This record gives sequence, structure tokens and C-alpha cells, in this order.
Amino acid sequence: MVIKGRVLKYGDNINTDEIIPARYLDTTDSKELAKHCMEGLDESFPGRVKDSKILIAGRNFGCGSSREHAPLALKEAGVSCIIASSFARIFFRNAINIGLPIVECEQVVANIEEGDEVQIDIVRGNIRNLTKEESYSLVPFPPFLQQLINKGGLEGYVKERMREEGES
Amino acid sequence: MPMTITEKILAKHCGKTEVKEGEFIEVDIDVLLGNDITAPLAIEKFREWGGKRVFDSQKIVLVPDHSTPNKDIRAAQQSLLLRKFVREQGIANYFEVGRVGIEHILLPEKGLVLPGDLVIGADSHTCTAGALGAFACGVGSTDLAAAMLIGRVWLKVPSTIRFVYRGELRKWVTAKDLILYTIGDIGVEGASYKSMEFGGEVISRMSMAGRLTMCNMVVEAGAKNGIIEPDEITLNYIRTRSKREYHLYSGDPQAEYLEVKEYEVSQLEPQVAFPSLPSNTKGISQIGKIQVDQVVIGSCTNGHFEDLKIAAELLKGKKIYPDVRLIIIPATPSIYLEALKKGLLQVFLEAGAVISPPTCGPCLGGYMGVLGEGEVAVSTTNRNFVGRMGHLKSKVYLTGPAIAAASAIKGRIAGPEEVI
Repeated sequence: MVIKGRVLKYGDNINTDEIIPARYLDTTDSKELAKHCMEGLDESFPGRVKDSKILIAGRNFGCGSSREHAPLALKEAGVSCIIASSFARIFFRNAINIGLPIVECEQVVANIEEGDEVQIDIVRGNIRNLTKEESYSLVPFPPFLQQLINKGGLEGYVKERMREEGES
Repeated sequence: MPMTITEKILAKHCGKTEVKEGEFIEVDIDVLLGNDITAPLAIEKFREWGGKRVFDSQKIVLVPDHSTPNKDIRAAQQSLLLRKFVREQGIANYFEVGRVGIEHILLPEKGLVLPGDLVIGADSHTCTAGALGAFACGVGSTDLAAAMLIGRVWLKVPSTIRFVYRGELRKWVTAKDLILYTIGDIGVEGASYKSMEFGGEVISRMSMAGRLTMCNMVVEAGAKNGIIEPDEITLNYIRTRSKREYHLYSGDPQAEYLEVKEYEVSQLEPQVAFPSLPSNTKGISQIGKIQVDQVVIGSCTNGHFEDLKIAAELLKGKKIYPDVRLIIIPATPSIYLEALKKGLLQVFLEAGAVISPPTCGPCLGGYMGVLGEGEVAVSTTNRNFVGRMGHLKSKVYLTGPAIAAASAIKGRIAGPEEVI
């Protein structure tokens, strides 16, 4: 899978209250959620994300509540990949479970600036900064997570388990 | 191989004799939790995936605590969706308004979580139940949907940091101060993906309510779970609450820890976490003058009876500062009732406070005390992120119940000694 786009850059400890404030958690409609995405941090986000599909952030992205509405809102708003120095663990799970590509890479976060155009090859494990003509290699996910990602998230995993149980 | 308590519970639940840090395992779930915000999303996914029946209607607990009594039509629709699912699936443990309390205090109180259990919940503060010697950890709604179908969840075995507290806590210094101080020390990422194990003489003497407060906030340091070895206090707490089988695990003396941190806490003073991270902590003597508009005493962190008791002790015979609103939220109906019987509610009402039904309400800026532009709150809750309790330009200072009550009287952040 190759993802290409311009970069929007944010800082450390971006929490789920900023990504989707709790007053909007009264719906499960991702289109509705997307309208308010990042409202707690950057009200210009829904407009800006139209041109910049790749989100870069610092440490501990997605910390705070377990609300899956956060990765859902980001995905629906048009974010095609998040690169962060590190992710909070529930957000990390949620993103993988719903098939929102995420990449942990401190070096990229330090060297890529807002507005740069980047190309991410998740399968080959590299990121190219097309603006600065630099490239970085990614640490691959552990095999278990890679399989989960290859199945498109948790849905594939669960359905496989259900089939196994049906057969046994 | 020597194992920690967390490793032992995980090994038992994946049918192995031992597990190692970093290993991916699939574990059987004893208690599966969802609420009125996270469960609707999971129920939709459950149906989308062709789910007909949940894996075990006795092991699922659904608690509508975030926006109930329904705050508006949209919240009412979410509640309806949840209620319909409960009836259709015959979910044994569902709590209707009037019987509902804040999930993380309600579950232990009702004997629904026990030592040795593996508890998975679609709520980040599910980690609270670790106080009983259970493995309890938060996940999202898709994980909840999957677990409702197959009764299992994948986990990566965490490494453990052990926190040992020595000495004797000063009067007015509580579990909340201890956990805020600890998060202040290690930072909001200080235990990311790890287990936080609490021990030492201070924990051995600590009440179950205090232990629940400690484990409640481990997620604020990024942890996967918090855990305390069960002891006499644990057994006394569960004795009258459940007849279900439980298992007492303790860590092996030679178990491997990533780190052991020891604190001498006899001189620790009440703590305040400044906006906008729970790790921005200072002792009460270091804070300067900060005016307050609203004080909240409640939540899954500090809505216990003993928290209300501390507040009442300071508020008795006093009046709340004219410009301050004090909102008291007993976490469960039985805490509410006990506060009524012991005269606490009268103390609060006479002081000029308002008493809310059990709800998460204002903690997450939902309702029942949302902040306006520029307003400042002192709150016994667990998060002080930008806009957490309302307007983006409002501020939240996290404290224990003693500072909260004292601040309501003084109209500025104040220590308990200033009002006695």
C-alpha cells in the first residue's frame, strides 16, 4: 500500500478530547464526527485536511479516553496515514482495528515539516520526503500486528475465529 | 520462571504455564464492560459483522453512566440502542437510571469484578479494577464488538514497573495525591504500554476506595493496567459482595521488573495537577493564588464515600465562597444513600453545594457542570486536557477531595489546613 500526500504537523500529547470533544460523542455516524475532527485543537482542520492527508505528530498521540470516535473521525475527515513519534496504546489498537494506517517513526517526525509532500510505502517499510528528497526506513510491525493489518483490521481476525469455531 | 501478578493472570487466561513480556497472546475474558458512549458503536459493528448472539450474556456488563439521566434527545437515542440490545441479548448486568452508578466504582461495589479476573472494558478507566488484584485494561469499541462475539481479546504481555510507597501519609493526603505525585514524577508517557504495580506499607494500609483511585489513573501515565496484590483488605471488601469463584495471585519474589521505584511519602503534601496535563503537578504550598469558579467532587476517581466524607469534614458548618459553584457527585446509588444516612448531604446542601445523581457528566464536559470561556475548575476527576470540561478557554486543576472542598470555601485553590 502506497500513500502519498502533503503533511499537517502537530505537537506532543494530542489527546482524544482534542481530536473529538466529548460533546460530539452522541452519534456513531462517522460523517457527523468528521465535521468536528480536531475541533479541540485546530478549528481550521476540516478545511486543511482536504489538501494534506498525512498527519504528523509528536509523542503520545491519541492519549486519554478510549473513544474510537477519534480514529474514526480522523479517517472519515480524510486522513490517510498518521506518523507519530509514539502512540497512546488504546488509540494504537483502535487505529489498527479500524484499518487506519499509522506509523511510529521518531526520525520522520523530526525531519518532515508541515506542507512537505511525502510518500509512504507501508509494505516495503519506507517513507520518502518528495519535497526534501530524503528517505527513511520504518521499523516493521511485529508479525502478529502485521497479520492483523493485512487482514484489514480486527474484522478479518474475528471472522476467521468465528469460522474456526463453526468448524470445530 | 518467576512471574509478576500480571503475568500470572495473563498466563492463566491464555492456557499457558508462563508468558513473557512482549509476547502476543489471546486471552479469555471474565468480565466485558461497555458504556452508553462506547457500546453503541460496538453494537453497530457487532450487527454489521453478522453477530447474532453474544458469547456469554452473564459476562457482559453494560453501564449507561456517561450521559444519563439522558442529557438530550441524541443521548436518549444512544441509551435506547443500548437498552434494546440488552433486552435482545438477555445481558444480565445492565443498570437502569436510579440503579446505575459510575461503572468503575459500580463494578467492584456490586461484586462484578473479583481478584484474578481478566477484565476488558471499552473505557480507558477500566484499569481501576486492578485494585482488586485483577488484570483490567481499557480498549475501544471494535475490540468490544469482537469480544462480545468471541469472548477473547488479543494482548501483548506488558513489562511491569513496581511502585513502592513507604512511610505514613499526613492527614488530608490521600491516594489521589499519591497517584498525581507519581504521574508527575514519571510523566504522561512514563508507563506507556506497561503494567504499574503498587505496593509497600502505604498501599498495604490503604482502603479499597484508595486503591481503586490509584489504579484508576494509571492510564494517565499511559499504562495498560494497574494492579495491587490482594490481601485481607481485598478479601474483606469482596466477602459480602459476591459468591463467584475468585483466584488470589501474588507476584514471585524473583519476578522480573523493568524498574522498581521507591518513594518515601511521609512528607508528601496534597497535590495539584495544573492545566493541561495530569503530570503538571505541584505541592499545595507551591501554587500561588488561583481563583476558582467551579469545584467538582466525584467521578470514577474520587466519587467514593470516603472522598465525600473528607469533603464533608471540611465543609461542615461552612459556606461556599459566593462566586463558586460546588457540584457533588456520589458515584453510585449506594454511596448516595450512605451519604444521606450519615448526614453528608445535609452538610453539602447547607454549605451551598448542589448534589448531582451518579454520572460521569462534567468530567468529560458532557453535562451537569460544563465550563464557559475563561472559567477555572478544581476537580477531583482524572483529566485536565484543553477543553476537557467545556470551553476551549476553560481550565481544570486536578486535586483530591480535601483541596477541592477547601477551594470551594476559599474561592481560590486552597489547602485543607486553611479552612480548619
